[in-house]
Amino acid sequence: MPKPLVQFKNVTKRFGNRTILDGINLTIYEGEITTIIGKSGVGKSVFLKHIIGLLSPDEGEILFMGQRFADMNRKQQQMLKNKCSYMFQHNALFDSLTVFENIALPLRERTRLPSSEIKAQVMDKIEQLELMEVPYKYPTQLSGGMQKRVALARALINNPKIVLFDEPTTGLDPIRKNAVLTMIAHYQQQFNFSAVLVSHDIPDVFYISDRIAIIDDAKILFQGTPTELEQIDQPVINQFIHSLDLLKEDLTGLTNRHTLEQAFTKAQMSQQVSGPFSLISLTILGLAAITSHIGAIAAHHVLENFAHAWQGAISSQTIIARYDELTAVALVPAAEVRQVEGMLQALSNMSQTAQHFTIPGYGGDDITATLLAGAVPVRASDSLEQHVADARNQQTPLTTIICSGPRPGSIS
Amino acid sequence: MNLFLSSLLTPCATIGRIVIESTNACGAYAIFSFQGLYKIFSYPFQFSKILQQIYFIGAKSVSIIALVALFTGMVMGLQLYYTLTQFGSEGALGSALALSLVRELGPVLTAIMIIGRAGSSMTAEIGIMRISEQIDALDTMAIDPVRYLISPKIAASLISFPLLTALYDVVGIIGGYLAGVVLLGLNKGIYFYRVETSVLMQDVTGGFIKSIVFAFLVSTICSYQGYFTHMRPDGFGAKGVGLATTSAVVMSCVSILIADYVLTSILL
Repeated sequence: MPKPLVQFKNVTKRFGNRTILDGINLTIYEGEITTIIGKSGVGKSVFLKHIIGLLSPDEGEILFMGQRFADMNRKQQQMLKNKCSYMFQHNALFDSLTVFENIALPLRERTRLPSSEIKAQVMDKIEQLELMEVPYKYPTQLSGGMQKRVALARALINNPKIVLFDEPTTGLDPIRKNAVLTMIAHYQQQFNFSAVLVSHDIPDVFYISDRIAIIDDAKILFQGTPTELEQIDQPVINQFIHSLDLLKEDLTGLTNRHTLEQAFTKAQMSQQVSGPFSLISLTILGLAAITSHIGAIAAHHVLENFAHAWQGAISSQTIIARYDELTAVALVPAAEVRQVEGMLQALSNMSQTAQHFTIPGYGGDDITATLLAGAVPVRASDSLEQHVADARNQQTPLTTIICSGPRPGSIS
Repeated sequence: MNLFLSSLLTPCATIGRIVIESTNACGAYAIFSFQGLYKIFSYPFQFSKILQQIYFIGAKSVSIIALVALFTGMVMGLQLYYTLTQFGSEGALGSALALSLVRELGPVLTAIMIIGRAGSSMTAEIGIMRISEQIDALDTMAIDPVRYLISPKIAASLISFPLLTALYDVVGIIGGYLAGVVLLGLNKGIYFYRVETSVLMQDVTGGFIKSIVFAFLVSTICSYQGYFTHMRPDGFGAKGVGLATTSAVVMSCVSILIADYVLTSILL
């Protein structure tokens, strides 16, 4: 079990009338990567500044290795600051100093080491972070990824116990983003520091994190491991976790689960006035196989095709939302049930002739998936989850989907 | 709402706001300047950084100061010669020129030249470091930004300004000699005799005191404007740095002229 390094106990911070942190309880463990997730302006940076002692709490206490920060004398606080390093979002490298001078600065200013020793330590870090070609270049002459490595080298030069990363991947393209996250994970293991990350890169950041904390509305909404986070079922938390899926939903033209939940509650309440609703679940069994064998783009292509077909068959009154990775759910007002039945019938008729999808550039074996559909009337008492479970039980195969590489006579 | 409109609609509130803001700014400036001065003497001494700043503020200003001093001396030599001739007292050229230079023009014009050459650059450099989070980075590395950035600049100014003022005085007197003696034919012996007899030690000391006060004002005002660029209400980022530089130059010039009057009235 890792030892607690920093403990926030009922920490409250206010700026004027605005409460930024409200009774925060959070523990950062030694040798782990802890990621703080939250919307912009919820106080993530304020939280980080409390860790390095740039801000002090109005109420509550912060403990470093069991000792209260407020009880430490000035020398102890300074020693503690020396154990922390901070990596800025835009690196904050000194642009008038060379890479070598940037990395050497903390040693030159804070220690009495002879220059030969400083040079040896800096060159050692330069070598470890693969910056051998650039020690005498200026930061503006380097690529973005290299600048990040220089900033990390500067942050690690005095062997800190804790490194704080303020949005290290914001604004980077996906390849660089992954490279930076991999770099953090790699060097965290190599140098064995504790890392605290502020990031929005869900779910990428989950793969390197040991612990996640979500800050929302000045409070800690969740803290635990990434696996625990994925298993929890709360709308606000789900909104964070499924943010990537929300993007996919936008791309397929489907609405998201959060909107579906709101519409479902509204439908339950208004059924007596506006008439009954039906809930239809549509599942593509085998979509995961398409993703893993051909790729996410092919799976997206299949989904997009069906989304267009479904939306063509219904009016704007019906809500079709992505429920989970494989299932879409349609909430249909009574007046449109017939139209949807017609759509299901049309799809059913196609079941004799399988749906072929031609994936350009794919040369492997054909991948088969099945479209299943099931409908249930909306009841006033049960939850959405129960309705979807019931609709899944009613599901029957409608058609077969075959994904293959380009061949004569196939449709796409 | 701009200042003009608000001053028409709510005059008392506007005056109150201006007074509070000015008082806050004065307090912040006083604390900042004191810290900058005090941290010059904190151990370990930053000799190499102070030397670098002396090179930048002092050594690199020598040629421009000498040039300006030469022509100021020559212009004064011409003007004073023709004025004094009307009273038949052109022999007093050396006295008039040397006293004007040593007491007033030397310290003031040297300071103004350094504001233009080094003060503006000081503000821009610190301002850019502020907006690109380099000063925050120093803070997080437990390096005191005031000690690291500001104190060497104040120390270098306190050393460079009197030396440059001395240079200005000497070159200015040589300029007066060129115009009055070489060009207009005044007796060489009279010129230097008058310079020697009229300039007393207290004039030189007064000039140096002024230059030291100006050095402190210029270095702290220019550094302060750069250091707090991010808190300007009228501009952010590059625009903020530009405005801070303008403010630094204007405020430094105005403050040295005001300080000059105050010091002159005390020293005379």
